[in-house]
Amino acid sequence: MTTAAWMEALLAAPLAGAVIALISGRRAAALVGVVTAFATAAASIALAFAVSRSGVLRYAVGGWGRPLGIDLYVDGLAAVMVAITGVVGACISVCAAGYFAPKPTHADLPSDKHDRAWLYWPLWLMLWGGMNALYLSADLFNIYVTQELIGLSGIGLIALAGGSAISAALRYLLLALAGSLLYIVGVELLYAGYATLDLQQLRDRIDANPSTFAAAALMTAGLLAKSALFPLHFWLPPAHGHAPVPVSAALSALVIKTGFYLVVRLWLHVLPGLAWAHLATLLGVLGAAAVFWGGVQALMQERLKMMVAYSTVAQVGYLFMLFPVASVPEALPGALLLAASHAAAKAALFMCAGSVLAVYGHDRIRSINGIGTRMPLTAVAFALSGISLIGLPPSGGFAGKWLLISAAFAAGAWWWAAIIVLGGLLSAVYLLRALAFAFLEPPIAGFGRAPWGMEATSLVLAFIAVGLNFAARPLSELLNAGAG
Amino acid sequence: MTTPIVYASAGVAMLCIALFGFLTARHVLRRILALNIVGSGVFMMLVALAARPDPPDPIPHALVMTGIVVGVCVTALALALLRRMFADEGSARLPEDREFG
Repeated sequence: MTTAAWMEALLAAPLAGAVIALISGRRAAALVGVVTAFATAAASIALAFAVSRSGVLRYAVGGWGRPLGIDLYVDGLAAVMVAITGVVGACISVCAAGYFAPKPTHADLPSDKHDRAWLYWPLWLMLWGGMNALYLSADLFNIYVTQELIGLSGIGLIALAGGSAISAALRYLLLALAGSLLYIVGVELLYAGYATLDLQQLRDRIDANPSTFAAAALMTAGLLAKSALFPLHFWLPPAHGHAPVPVSAALSALVIKTGFYLVVRLWLHVLPGLAWAHLATLLGVLGAAAVFWGGVQALMQERLKMMVAYSTVAQVGYLFMLFPVASVPEALPGALLLAASHAAAKAALFMCAGSVLAVYGHDRIRSINGIGTRMPLTAVAFALSGISLIGLPPSGGFAGKWLLISAAFAAGAWWWAAIIVLGGLLSAVYLLRALAFAFLEPPIAGFGRAPWGMEATSLVLAFIAVGLNFAARPLSELLNAGAG
Repeated sequence: MTTPIVYASAGVAMLCIALFGFLTARHVLRRILALNIVGSGVFMMLVALAARPDPPDPIPHALVMTGIVVGVCVTALALALLRRMFADEGSARLPEDREFG
C-alpha cells in the first residue's frame, strides 16, 4: 500500500470504528474498539515506514485540491506523532477493555456510571481519529476542526467518570473553546494577509509585518492553553486527575502533545522566516517555570493520580524548552523523543495508579504500603516509567534530555541545560517519595484483585519508555526523510 | 469608511466586549453566552473578509458555516454539562468560584 492509502486508513478506520461501536451497542463496543485500535496502530507504524522510504507526501482527498478541497500532508514530524499516538493508543485500548468491562471493579468509576461505560469506545475512537486528522492536516482551518473534534470527544470522556469530573470537564471545555476562538482569530488575520490557509503556501508567502506577528501570537496563545503550558495549566490536574484511568492516560500522554505539535508546526515550519527570538525565549521561560511549578505541586499531592497529573504540567515544560534552542539540529529530535517517552511513561503511570486504586480502593500516597510485594508488576512498571520521567539512563527520557542538553550547549545557552538537570532532580524527588511508600512493609490489606490487563499494559508501556533510549537515530532519520 | 470595514470593526468590538465578559463572569451560563458572542464577533470579521467586488470570496463563507456548526455542538455539550453539574452540586459556578456566594 502507498503512503496515501495509509493516510486514508488512519482517518477512516478510527472514525468508522467509532460509528460502528456506537451502533453495535453495549455488548460489542469493546470488541469493535480493540479491533479498530490494533488496525489503526498497525496503519500508524506502516505510515512511518512508508514515509521513511518514500518521503513527504501531499495528497488531495477525492482529487479536489486546495483551496476548497481537503488536502492531507505527511512529513517526518507528522509521521512520528502519528506513530506515537498509534502505539500508545493501542496499549490504552487494551487497558480500557479490562477497565470498562461489564463487572465494575474500580473505585473511581461508580457502579451507576457503569451502564454507560461502553460509550467510552465511540468517544475514544473519535478522539483518536481527530488526533490523526490533526497531524495529517495540510491547512489551518482543518486543524481548527480537528482540534474541536479532539476537544469534544475528550470532554465527553472526562465526563464519563461523573461526580467531580463534571466540573473539571466543564472547565476544560470553557478553556478549550476560548483557546480555539483565539486560534481562529489568528487564522483570520493570516487569511486576510495572505489569502491562503494552506501551510505550504503560507510558508512561501509569509513576511514579517505586525499583522503576521499578531496572528501568530493569538494562535500560539490559544495553543498554549490547550497544551497546558504554565500558567495556563490550571485546568489540567483536575481534568486528568478525575477522569477514568484510560482517559487520563490518553489525555495526558497524547492529547496534550497535539498543542505542542501545532506550536512546533507553526513556528518551525510555517513561520521560520520571522525573527522570533524573544518569543522563543518566552516559551522557554514558561517551560522552565512549568518544570518547577509542576514539580513542586506534584511533590505536595496526597493522591497518586493527582501527582501523576501535576507531573504532566512539569513534563510539558521540557518540551517547550525546545524553542530557544530550536536552531540546533539535535533539538527537535530530542524534544520529540522526550514527547514519545513521556507519552509511554505517563500512560504507564496512570495505569499504575489505576491498578493501585483497584486493589486498595484509594490512591493516597501515604497509605500504599506493600505494593512492592502485593503487586510486583505494577511496582516494576512504576519504577521503570519513573526512570524515564526522571531521565536516568537507559531510557527514552534520558536520550531525549541528552539531545536537548547538547542542543543547549551547542546554542551557547547552558542555563537551559541546568534547568533540565534540576527539573530531573525534582521529578526524582516526587517519584521516589511515592515509590518509597510503595515499598514500605507491612502491606496494608487491600480489597480488590489486581486487574492483570492494566498491570500488564503498564509494564509494556514502561518497557517502551525505557526502550526508546535506542530510538534517537531512527527518529532523526525519519524526521530527515520528511525534510527532503 | 466602507461597509466591510464597519462589519469588521463591529466584529472586533463584539469580540473584545465578550472576551471581557468571559474573563470576568463567574456564572457558567454567562461564560458560555460570552463565548458564543466571541464566536459571533469572529464570524462577523470573517464575513467582512469575504467582501470583494465580484464575486465574494467563498472560502470565508465555508469557514463561517463550519464554525457555526462547531459552535452549536460545543454550546450544546457545555449546557448539558452545566445542567449535570447544577443537578449534582447545586451550583452553576465552577468549584473555585463558589465561596463568593
